[in-house]
Amino acid sequence: MANDAQARREPADVLHFAGLTLRQWRWLWLALGLATAAALPWTVSNFTVFQFTQVLVYAIAILGLNLLTGFNGQFSLGHSAFYAIGAYTAAILMFHLKVPYFWTLPLAGVICLFAGFLFGLPALRLEGLYLALATFALAVATPQLLKYKAVEHWTGGVQGLTLKKPSPPFDLPLSKDQWLYYFTLLVGLLLFWCAWNLVHSRTGRAIQAIRDNPIAARTMGINTAMYKSWTFGVSAFYTGVAGALGAIIIQFVAPDSFTFFLAVLFLVGSVVGGIVSIPGAIFGGIFVTFIPNISEELATQIPGVAEEAAKGLTWTVYGLFLILIIYVAPAGLAGLLRMLLPRFVRR
Amino acid sequence: MHRTFRLTLIGSAALALASGAALAQNKYGPGVTDKEIKIGNTNPYSGPASSYGTIGKAISAYFKMVNEQGGINGRQINFISLDDGYQPPKAKEQVRRLVEKDEVAALFQTLGTPTNSAIHEYMNEAKVPHLFVATGATKWGNPKEFPWTMGFQPTYQTFGRIAAAYILKNHPNAKIGILYQNDDYGKDYLHGLELGLGKDGYKKLVVSAQSYEVTDPTVDSQVVNLKASGADVFYNITIPKFAAQAIRKAHDIGWTQVHLLNDVSGSVSAVLKPAGLDKSQGIITAAYLKDPTDPTWKDDAEFKEWTAWMNKYYPDGDKASSFNVYGFTVAQLMEQTLKQAGNDLTRENIMKQAANLKNFRAKMLLPGIQVNTSPSDFYPVEQMQLQRFEGETWKLFGPIFNADGSTS
Repeated sequence: MANDAQARREPADVLHFAGLTLRQWRWLWLALGLATAAALPWTVSNFTVFQFTQVLVYAIAILGLNLLTGFNGQFSLGHSAFYAIGAYTAAILMFHLKVPYFWTLPLAGVICLFAGFLFGLPALRLEGLYLALATFALAVATPQLLKYKAVEHWTGGVQGLTLKKPSPPFDLPLSKDQWLYYFTLLVGLLLFWCAWNLVHSRTGRAIQAIRDNPIAARTMGINTAMYKSWTFGVSAFYTGVAGALGAIIIQFVAPDSFTFFLAVLFLVGSVVGGIVSIPGAIFGGIFVTFIPNISEELATQIPGVAEEAAKGLTWTVYGLFLILIIYVAPAGLAGLLRMLLPRFVRR
Repeated sequence: MHRTFRLTLIGSAALALASGAALAQNKYGPGVTDKEIKIGNTNPYSGPASSYGTIGKAISAYFKMVNEQGGINGRQINFISLDDGYQPPKAKEQVRRLVEKDEVAALFQTLGTPTNSAIHEYMNEAKVPHLFVATGATKWGNPKEFPWTMGFQPTYQTFGRIAAAYILKNHPNAKIGILYQNDDYGKDYLHGLELGLGKDGYKKLVVSAQSYEVTDPTVDSQVVNLKASGADVFYNITIPKFAAQAIRKAHDIGWTQVHLLNDVSGSVSAVLKPAGLDKSQGIITAAYLKDPTDPTWKDDAEFKEWTAWMNKYYPDGDKASSFNVYGFTVAQLMEQTLKQAGNDLTRENIMKQAANLKNFRAKMLLPGIQVNTSPSDFYPVEQMQLQRFEGETWKLFGPIFNADGSTS
C-alpha cells in the first residue's frame, strides 16, 4: 500500500531541498515571481514598465513557438507572420471599426488559430528543414502582402496605422503604462496557465509523443496529422494574441515591423530561454528585449573603438552573448536551472 | 553725497537689470544644464536600411567638431544616437528611452517614414521637440495638429510642383506621360504635380499615367504604353532600380522626350550608370544639396570646408556619399536653432526657435537656397534647382524654384 502511494508520487514530491519538497519550492517561486511582477510597476519608471510589458508580449509569442517547436518538434521561421496577423487584426478593429482594445485579443487569436491550422495542413507533408523553408516564405511574404493595393485601404499601406493609447478602466489610479502592463500580465498569466495544462494533459502527451517518435505515436492511435495541424494553430493563436498586445502597447503597426528578422528574434528567444519549457519563454522575452540594448551600451565601452565605429558593433556584442549562452546553457536558461537543481536536492 | 547717491542708484539699477537679465537668461527645460544639452536621435545602424546609418554618424561627427570649438553658447552637445534597425517598435522603445530615461531636450533627425510615424503622436503628446526628421513625406510639416514635429528636406510634393512649373513654362502644350510607384511615395509626387498644374491643367496635359508595384520585376510594358500614348514629356517617379530600367527602355524603343526624373533617383552611380550614361543624356531632375562627386564644386569654399571636416572628424566616412553631405547640412540647422535659443533652453523655446529660422544659410546647400521656417511653415528647405545630365555629370541650370513653383 505504502509502496503504491509512493509510486504514484512524482519526483517533485519526493526530492527535498532545504526542508521543502520541489513542488513546494515550485509554488514558492511562483508566488515570489507573481509578487515581483505585481510590485514592479510601483518601483520603476514608466519607461521601464513599458519595457517589461514588451518582455511579457515577447514571452507570449515565444511561448507559442515553444509549444510548436519545443513540444511538438515542428520548425517555424514564420512566426513573425502570425504576429503580424494578430497585430493587424487588432489595429484594423481598433482603427476602422472602433472596437475596444480588449475585444481585439480573442479575435486576433482565433483568426491566427485558423490561419495557423490552415497553414499547418499542407505543411504537414513537409518535415524538418522543408517546413522551416515553407514558413520562411510566409515570413518574407507577409510584409509585402500588407502593402498590397487591394488591402491598402484597411492596412494603411507602407505608412501603417496609428492607434490611440488605452486608458485604465474604472478610474483606476494607474498610469497608462502601468495599466497596459497589468493588462498584459493578466492575459499572459492566463495563457501560460493554459499552456501548462495543455502540456501536462493527455493531449500534451500526444503532442510530445509525435515529436519523440511519430511512428510509435501513430501506432498508438494518435491522429498525427490532426494533432500537428492543431498544434500549429494553437501556436499561431499564442503568437497572434501577442501580436495584438504588441500593437496595443506600441500603438502603431507598419509592414516593416514584421520582417523575417522578427521571426529570428522569436527563435533566438525561444532557444535561449529553453525551447522545451514553459517558464523558459519568460527568459526568452527578457533576452530579446534587453540584450540588444545592453549590447549597444557595451559596444560603446569597448576600449579603442571610436563612437562611430561602435555603432556597427552592437550586433557583434549581441552575437557574443548568444554564443556564451549556447555554451553555458545548451538547453536554454530554463534548462540550465533544471540542470543545476539536482546538485542541491536530495531524497 | 549727492554723487554717491547717484552712483548707488545707477549701480543698483544696473544690478537689477543684470539680475533680471540673468533670470531671463537661464531657463532650462529637461536635458539642459550649464554645461551640456542632451539631444536624442535614432538611426538604422543595422537592418535593411543601414546604408542610411552614415547620416547619424556624420551628425555625431559634426557635433564633435562643435564641442571641440567650445560648444553652443558654452554648452557641450551630448548627442545620443541609438540604433532602431528601421523597426517601428524598436524606434518607439528607443525614443521612449531617450525622452523618459535620458531626458533629452529634443529629438533630432530621427530617420525613416515608418519609424517616425510610430513616434509621431507620442512626441506630440509628450511635448518634446521632434525636429528636422529625415524623411521626405509631406505629413511632417503640419504645425496645427502636430506642433512639436518638423521636417527638413523638400517634400516629394515640392518636386512635383517644381516639375509642373517647368513644364508650364517651357512646354505649355506638353503631352505628359507619367510612370509612378503605387504607394504613398509615388502618390505624393503625383499630388505635387497635380497641385502645380491645377486640376484642369492636369486633366488637359496628362495623357497617360502608368503605375507599377514595388514588387514588379520590370516596368518595360508601362514604358511601351507611355510611348504609345503619344506623350512627349516623361514624368518619371521611380526608385533607383526602376528608374534605371525606365531610362534604358525609353531609349531602346526610341521614345525621345523631355524626361523629368524624380530627385530620389538622381544618383549617377546607382541609376544613370546602370542605365547607360549615353542613354541618360538630357534627363532633368532637381537637387538642393551639393553633390560631393560633382567637379563643379572642386574649388568651392563650402565644399573644401566639408572635405576638411570629413578628413578630421569622420575619416572612415565615404566622401562620395551624399548622405554625409546631408548629415553635415542638417546638423547646422540644429546648431543654429540652439544658438538662437540662447540661454532659454526650455523645450518650448527650442521649438519656437526652430520655427523661427530666417534666411539661414546652411553650408553645402546649393547656392541661393536658404532655410526658412515660421510658426505656420514647418518645411525648412523648400527650394530646389533643376539640373540636366550632360556628359558624365549633372549640370545645374535655371533659377532656384520655391515650393509653390515660383522662382526667386
